[in-house]
Amino acid sequence: MDWQWLIGRMNLSYLPHEPITMGAAIGMPLTLVAIAAALTYFKKWGYLWREWITTVDAKRIGIMYGSVALIMLARGVFDALMIRSQTAVGGPGGSQLFNTDTYQQVFTSHGVIMIFFVAMGLMFALFNIAVPLMIGTRDVAFPFLNAVSFWLFFAGMILVNGSLIFGGFSIGGWLGYPPLTELQYSPGPGVDYWIWSLQVAGIGSLLSGINFFVTILKNRAPGMTFMRMPIFVWSVLVTTVLMMIAFPILTGSLALLSLDRLMGMHFFTSMGGGNPMMYVNLIWAWGHPEVYILVMPAFGIYSEIVATFSRKKLFGYKTMVIALIAIMFFSFIVWQHHFFTMGSGADVNAFFGIMTMIIAIPTGVKVFNWLFTMYRGRITFASPMIWFMCFAVTFTIGGVTGVLLAVPAIDFQVHNTLFLVAHFHNVIIGGVVFGYIAAITYWFPKMFGFHLHEGLGKAAAYFWQVGFLLSFMPLYALGLMGAVRRLDNYSDPSWIPFFIVSAVGVVVVGIGIACQLLQIAYSIWKRKELHATSDPWDGRTLEWSVPSPAPFYNYAIIPEVSRVDEWWYQKQEGVKAPKDSDYKDIVLPKNTSFGFVIGMTAFVGSGALIWHIWWLVVVSFIAIVVMIIMRTMDDFTEYTIPAAEVMRMDKEARA
Amino acid sequence: MSESAEMIAKRDKVQLGFWLYLMTDCMLFTSLFATYMILRNSTNGGPGGSELFSMGFVLVETLILLTSSYVCGLANLAIHNGRKKEFVVYLGATIALGIAFLTMELTEFGKLIGEGHTPQTSAFLSAFFTLVGTHGLHIAIGLIWASVLIWALYRQGRQEDILRKFSLFAVFWHFLDVVWIFIFTIVYAMGVK
Repeated sequence: MDWQWLIGRMNLSYLPHEPITMGAAIGMPLTLVAIAAALTYFKKWGYLWREWITTVDAKRIGIMYGSVALIMLARGVFDALMIRSQTAVGGPGGSQLFNTDTYQQVFTSHGVIMIFFVAMGLMFALFNIAVPLMIGTRDVAFPFLNAVSFWLFFAGMILVNGSLIFGGFSIGGWLGYPPLTELQYSPGPGVDYWIWSLQVAGIGSLLSGINFFVTILKNRAPGMTFMRMPIFVWSVLVTTVLMMIAFPILTGSLALLSLDRLMGMHFFTSMGGGNPMMYVNLIWAWGHPEVYILVMPAFGIYSEIVATFSRKKLFGYKTMVIALIAIMFFSFIVWQHHFFTMGSGADVNAFFGIMTMIIAIPTGVKVFNWLFTMYRGRITFASPMIWFMCFAVTFTIGGVTGVLLAVPAIDFQVHNTLFLVAHFHNVIIGGVVFGYIAAITYWFPKMFGFHLHEGLGKAAAYFWQVGFLLSFMPLYALGLMGAVRRLDNYSDPSWIPFFIVSAVGVVVVGIGIACQLLQIAYSIWKRKELHATSDPWDGRTLEWSVPSPAPFYNYAIIPEVSRVDEWWYQKQEGVKAPKDSDYKDIVLPKNTSFGFVIGMTAFVGSGALIWHIWWLVVVSFIAIVVMIIMRTMDDFTEYTIPAAEVMRMDKEARA
Repeated sequence: MSESAEMIAKRDKVQLGFWLYLMTDCMLFTSLFATYMILRNSTNGGPGGSELFSMGFVLVETLILLTSSYVCGLANLAIHNGRKKEFVVYLGATIALGIAFLTMELTEFGKLIGEGHTPQTSAFLSAFFTLVGTHGLHIAIGLIWASVLIWALYRQGRQEDILRKFSLFAVFWHFLDVVWIFIFTIVYAMGVK
């Protein structure tokens, strides 16, 4: 009897063959087994299930997003180390550390992991941790949906990493341009892993976008008008608009590519009338807004940090808001600058080039606003502020090279060279990564009740900054010398020193990350000494008015807001202690396992699609539909904490 | 407990969230429409819309779908006034018309595929089947949703719960109508000329 229908196209030849992938394929399961054994030994399974896996508390979900993203950061940097080790030794007469196919998988997974599972993960972590607290509410608008989003993100993360163990990953780069990613050239499961991990995580992001948009529109504390919201909240609002408009295009384009691959259709094939350039247009219509989705929350974070550590209100609040909205608008009409070389003619290229340059104006407004906020402020150089200073320099260099690339004539010269690679790392590391790490340091005490160690944090910032410059400045030169991206061997001996410096830079960044890991471990160990008060930075916004760590209900009494930086002014006027009659009953959502189960079913269903196990696809799809129906039928998803109990807990937390 | 301020606020949030979801769905359809517009002449030497589409058939399909939307509106009035039996009849009619629409669509697909005009034939047919099929998939989901609503009415029967859930379905159903009007115009009317 033929059993192949049961397991689709799975067979043993998909197990890894190369030493480096075999190491990962053995190491990852062993790590999981070790974690499982530790959980069993310390009897923590029940705790994990009740307090984390089934939680719908935004702060907990945020911490889970952050933890996953930091682990993925380690993997992404390891990929980078592999790439730059190869290019360091890949010169004329040089050697091959691993074969080209593996090299291509490595740079693809580096890009995918860094964008989708590190940057997006950290971004959602910060949304969840900070937004409800900053707008003075107890949770997001749809707590259950929030859990579903996280578990979809988690499912996508397992798919990317699972490909390492069985089947291999895509070789098509982080955006997977066809026709290379079509069935004809990539028949294996790699591209399917890529499609479905992005698809599943992307739907999670889309749902989160809706969730946080509604949260900010509907859940703000009384008195908090739009122009009284903290700038971080503004940046999240603008980001969620981008998400809602851009992410469906990603869903659509991945679905079309998938139809090409699964059903032999001809959207992007080179035959049958397909049009590969249409894919490139579609994916960048999502992809360009996506980079602003990543960086705008970071802009919001810098605005909070600079104001807090300069002891001054933010310079130019209104212009900041206008700049955010202007960037949101322009980010949709620049996508074609990613392929000036497509040949759409001088008029079209000129339009997109000019639009791209215009974005530099609102961005410049922001940089000057931050600098003017610092001007005449009483600046404390705590580690978040160090990250900001590194950002201000790095990001500005990246912005300037971006304007260079926006000139079509220059772009024709450096298109798809390492100059471009240096540019986008310059803005993404300098803008996004530095910002999110600064934010983690800044809000860490609010989440856990103790600080991260300052000395190690500052050391990490300096190693990152120096490592960054060493890694990427040589790439600008190499790009101008004609080195294309994604290459593992080259014949020009004059490139060798540049590539070696770049590899050294990655090692220095690695030391920075080691400092951060050490920082986390050391701070947990010394958490008593590093104990944080409710307002450790002398903050300006509402989240610093609640105890640290923030209680699960966020606010015992919902605050009232009458100005920007409400908490700062309340402190100056003297904070009034709440009266007993101010406490009201609190309604909170109950924990549920549906989010986790739906996410895992989506994982099984996508795995089945990747391996063509059709019966399992049908079963998973039906299971998800049934679970959604069951959930919507349940009208008792909340519970109430009586006012007296709220008062008791609040007094205890403040004691 | 009558409808408290919290309940109303919660319903507001759900409605806003659902409208936003529809707008994201609209973006998805927009990308499919754009794809179709670009590929509609890429027939790979095979037949184009003018040879394949029959306007009369599609017009009947369209009228059936529009009628289902009208009946859905009647169901809305009925549940607003607390006439549950009437509501079930109208919603049942909505489902029946939806099934008729879907059957016609699948018949058209079957006919095309039977004649050898499969989605694999050309980029134009890939785009056609995907755009129209995605709309059909939405209709199918709507049919499941409406059936669940009838089941929920018998299971719980509280008017305000059903009203809350039904109002979302109604918006969804009308939205699919609007999308279909665009399909009718762009795919069929512009295709046959």
